[in-house]
Amino acid sequence: MPSVLPLGDPAPANGQLPAQVLEGVADRAFGLYVHIPFCAVRCGYCDFNTYTATELGGGASQDAYGGTAESEIAFAARALTESGLPPRRLGTVFFGGGTPTLLPAEDLAGILAAAVQAWGLEPGAEVSTEANPDSVTAESLRVLKDAGFTRVSFGMQSAVPHVLKVLDRTHRPERVPQAVQWAREAGLAVSLDLIYGTPGESMADWEESVRTALSYEPDHISAYALIIEDGTKLAAQMRRGEVPPIDDDDHAAKYKLADQLISEAGFAWYEVSNWSRGENQECRHNLAYWRGDDWWGIGPGAHSHVGGVRWWNVKHPSAYAGRLAAGDSPAAGRETLDPETRNVERVLLESRLSSGIAIGTLGSGRTAIAGLIADGLIEPASAFAGQLVLTLRGRLLADAVVRRILPD
Amino acid sequence: MSPMARTAPVPAATDPAIIRNFCIIAHIDHGKSTLADRMLQFTGVVQSRDMKAQYLDRMDIERERGITIKSQAVRMPWERDGVSYALNMIDTPGHVDFTYEVSRSLAACEGAILLVDAAQGIEAQTLANLYLAMENNLTIIPVLNKIDLPAAQPDKYAAELASLIGGEPEDVLRVSGKTGDGVEALLDKIVHDLPAPIGDPNAPARAMIFDSVYDTYRGVVTYVRVVDGMLHPRERIQMMSTRATHELLEIGVSSPEPTPSKGLGVGEVGYLITGVKDVRQSKVGDTVTNLAKPAATSLPGYADAKPMVFSGLYPLDGADYPVLRDALEKLMLNDAALVYEPETSAALGFGFRVGFLGLLHLEITRERLEREYKLDLISTAPNVEYEVTLEDKKIVQVTNPSEYPTGKVAEVREPMVSATILAPNEFVGAIMELCQSRRGVMGGMDYLSEDRVEIRYRLPLAEIVFDFFDILKSRTRGYGSLDWKADGEQVADLVKVDIMLQGEQVDAFSAITHREKAYAYGVMMTGKLRELIPRQQFEVPIQAAIGSRIIARESIRAIRKDVLAKCYGGDITRKRKLLEKQKEGKKRMKMVGRVEVPQEAFIAALTTDESKDKAKK
Repeated sequence: MPSVLPLGDPAPANGQLPAQVLEGVADRAFGLYVHIPFCAVRCGYCDFNTYTATELGGGASQDAYGGTAESEIAFAARALTESGLPPRRLGTVFFGGGTPTLLPAEDLAGILAAAVQAWGLEPGAEVSTEANPDSVTAESLRVLKDAGFTRVSFGMQSAVPHVLKVLDRTHRPERVPQAVQWAREAGLAVSLDLIYGTPGESMADWEESVRTALSYEPDHISAYALIIEDGTKLAAQMRRGEVPPIDDDDHAAKYKLADQLISEAGFAWYEVSNWSRGENQECRHNLAYWRGDDWWGIGPGAHSHVGGVRWWNVKHPSAYAGRLAAGDSPAAGRETLDPETRNVERVLLESRLSSGIAIGTLGSGRTAIAGLIADGLIEPASAFAGQLVLTLRGRLLADAVVRRILPD
Repeated sequence: MSPMARTAPVPAATDPAIIRNFCIIAHIDHGKSTLADRMLQFTGVVQSRDMKAQYLDRMDIERERGITIKSQAVRMPWERDGVSYALNMIDTPGHVDFTYEVSRSLAACEGAILLVDAAQGIEAQTLANLYLAMENNLTIIPVLNKIDLPAAQPDKYAAELASLIGGEPEDVLRVSGKTGDGVEALLDKIVHDLPAPIGDPNAPARAMIFDSVYDTYRGVVTYVRVVDGMLHPRERIQMMSTRATHELLEIGVSSPEPTPSKGLGVGEVGYLITGVKDVRQSKVGDTVTNLAKPAATSLPGYADAKPMVFSGLYPLDGADYPVLRDALEKLMLNDAALVYEPETSAALGFGFRVGFLGLLHLEITRERLEREYKLDLISTAPNVEYEVTLEDKKIVQVTNPSEYPTGKVAEVREPMVSATILAPNEFVGAIMELCQSRRGVMGGMDYLSEDRVEIRYRLPLAEIVFDFFDILKSRTRGYGSLDWKADGEQVADLVKVDIMLQGEQVDAFSAITHREKAYAYGVMMTGKLRELIPRQQFEVPIQAAIGSRIIARESIRAIRKDVLAKCYGGDITRKRKLLEKQKEGKKRMKMVGRVEVPQEAFIAALTTDESKDKAKK
């Protein structure tokens, strides 16, 4: 999550949700996101809500974090029930960060156990964690598997040392295949995260990273363009002219190359930045975000969504822990979306998926369809069948497509 | 301390012999307002303790509003040698755009204080107004202001003033409006040096309008100087140029608050209120007379204001068009020089072609529209009025490049100006280079002092309306000053350059230029647009053409990526807000064919920035 929280309405201390969240609840999956706000080192590009060990002390320390997160789980379970929502089992759980695996595997297992105790898991539920290749061992991955984790997503980012250095990534590239192998041996599905467009990364560097990632035979690959966020070290370096500025054309070429190589290896895109070997290997938790499902976000700065109500927790781990210790909601603010805004979100989120969005639901935006076909931005055959699905060119210009199909 | 007048002369019963009418001629930042404030304070018109609260503050607001500042005519009592005098201080607009208004203000006075910053010396506009004052046979009192400044060079500039207007450097008064130093001596000198007004008290009333201001509560307030006879409240008056008649609802003097009187007699200065709502019914320079006993001839010097510079004004948001229309209507009530008519641009939508006295007038008007009426405006590049003669002898007046006739053109005439530039002599080369590049013909050069020169050029008006003054300023490191006045017209080899985006002509960017400069304009504008227009989903060619002949071309490459890769850990709110921002941005785009052009591009393309061009080199 970004370092700056949105502006919103105040959130009630008891976490109570308005009655509108009950509407259509049976059609929405329910998931849990757990934010682990710790990293060994802050990366130069990262503006996520995360803290290195030396930045925190007292009640917000790493040691105490598991207990604090578990107390929000208890709070969440009570708030959802008291808001009148029926009991629902978790379809997906996702531990993100930060670096979740910086906490002992037992702590992660403990948090998951608390969630399972509160809500239970759907049969075949997906339970993922992000991991730094440096902070896992064969043993820790086994502990996660035994605790109920099904999937691990490694922040590989690049296979090229000089690129990793610009990103401030500390892991050694050769560590990745080792970690992947351990995860496989533990019985976990594996995803690899890549970043393209890092300053100084050549096309050959990127090709090497994609080919290397594919050679480890993951189940799933994410490839994200590097975004320079305000307030990061990279942004400062760029301002000082120490690293070259981001070039969108370079990003576009690298995206196309990645899509080509990953597709040739037998993967298919299912969301603009995500590819999987098959439907069963898609990240269902990630899909839930794009499909407008419900999830509760545990942890400082975490975002939640339930039935058109979005909220976000206070950012600082100490403030977060303090709220929960006092029995109050850790939410910093929230917004209750009106039907129009929910529709805008639906269009902007669903259009990024390979499943696309039903053209019949676009209202006045339907007038743009012919133009989008003419401009090669959406698949004609899908459009004829009533579904808007982005072409490769359309994926690269997805935001422009969304602006064209949204009502004015 | 010199005594304040114990008894002030009463309006309508004041012997002209004790009246002194004067104005202050000064450059904009040479301290006129401060000196005026000090005079108000020293004559007791404004109490010292109220000075800041009442008067300066009001002046600040007026100053901020630019053009309305021109309306000041304050009556102040001052006693000298046991006689109470009535001093009328008449404010004059300080800028060359308002030369006509200046000349009328001057015509209401017998004398002028020539106020010059002792650290800066005289500026071209001041010099121009000084010439006008001398043409009106005004007695000049030269004064150096800001003598308290460490950078003041009073000896140097006293010598400069003395050589300009004749007399000795010792005769130049030295004051500080800030500290009040020398202000009493100045008031004494006004009484002593300036002649009293002369007029026939028994003749039919004649009063000259030197200013006319619209007031929301009172309607038009007309400032007059009575020359002959007397005006009384409740009588019917007539405007001699328009023959319009009105009832005098109120007559009085400002001191400085409006104070009704029993009338105004020979030599007196004051205000009239008739209840009219439009300053056009009370024109500067016109003569007011008594309807029952009218004067046979009006006072000399009346002229209709003639716009020199034209620009299209368009609301950024087309929905604001009615707001702009209403705003222009309201401004017109207070600005007799403003003319406008509706205009449509394919690129900019509905707007108005507005005629101005000059660039400052344009800037002030635009700023008022934006600030007082909360409008976001695009103003097209200012241009002048051309007279185009076709081969069939038909004559077309062109105030907008899009009106340029497409038929065979026999001859194009453009308005000319004679310009006077003052600057330190080290910049003569730079100034001559600039003027030559603007098709100027040198008329002469004189040394004002050892190191300051006056350079005279005849130039096409079109060459100075756009960026001439800014460039002059930058090439003379801020020291150069400019004054100009209309000076006939000339036949010139002019062509219209069109700019096309994806083959579609964008009327807002068309320009009428000299043939030799058409190529440079085409290269400049296509290059600018390439920088300013964001990449689209397709390649966009930008061309400049004279008729069907392409003289410059550029192209904008197609955009290849426009997607946010990541949606941080479920922070959909952020992504949606970004999208909303983009949508908002799209609303601020004007569609030219299929090309989305940001409003900012229009604004930026229509302004020049020499310093930016320099930085590129």
